[in-house]
Amino acid sequence: MLQTCALSVLMFTGASQFALVGVVGAGGSVWAGAATAALLGSRNALYGMRLSSILDRTGWRRAAAAHFVIDETTAMAIARDPVADSRLAFWATGLAVFALWNLGTLIGALATHALPDPKVLGFDAAPPAAFLALLAPRLRAREPMAIALGAGVVALVCLPFVPAGVPLLIVAVLVAIYGVLRSRT
Amino acid sequence: MMWAGVLVACASCYALKLAGLSLPASVLQDARVQRTVPLVPVALLAALVATQTFSTGHHLVVDVRTTALLVAIGMVLLRAPFLVVVASAAATAALLRLI
Repeated sequence: MLQTCALSVLMFTGASQFALVGVVGAGGSVWAGAATAALLGSRNALYGMRLSSILDRTGWRRAAAAHFVIDETTAMAIARDPVADSRLAFWATGLAVFALWNLGTLIGALATHALPDPKVLGFDAAPPAAFLALLAPRLRAREPMAIALGAGVVALVCLPFVPAGVPLLIVAVLVAIYGVLRSRT
Repeated sequence: MMWAGVLVACASCYALKLAGLSLPASVLQDARVQRTVPLVPVALLAALVATQTFSTGHHLVVDVRTTALLVAIGMVLLRAPFLVVVASAAATAALLRLI
């Protein structure tokens, strides 16, 4: 339970947290889970780049701001116009999401102790639905749609033959190779 | 062991966020980085959906989770909020197991 809460406080990027828990829950090693979480977190570096013109670039404020660089804060900050408004939107969204996210995690972690077998409540069907909901907004063009389908098929084909969590890493390597090759042509 | 993995993962995720704010723009504006980084979450999330729906351990299976995923897809197409998508999938699986 402490580990679940630590993820929300220290990692604070939802898709990566779900991925780590998902890999470990499926019997994978914590290291495969950690690698998947870090790969999913790579998009936050791109968000950081878009935000660096809005936020302070030096000192402890940057170190604190970095922790709040996530999907929600980026979306709210870049949708505002004057820099002051953007900055306010970033910090307000960051603090609000951080507080509620951690409160929700704590409630969830406490509640699972009081619940029966998670399968009875269909909780094993919840993670794929959550990943799907996170994926859907990224599928607005033909290329990501094809990549998503390909990635799903590749992961399932590898799954019987490699340790749990490793299919995700294979998919990540393949998509990285694809991206680099595509950007050259 | 578990804690070490959790903390390393947290540190990596934070380092990536900080790198975005700190690295010179030229690195991140590189065409290969711009092209590749947005594709990684698409592939990983799709792989997570596939593996968590169609497998138990090392076996490929089709069970109530498949129906639950179809319900979730329907909810996403209806632009339902995140929690509604997740809850309807869980409810579908629970109901199908009940009957």
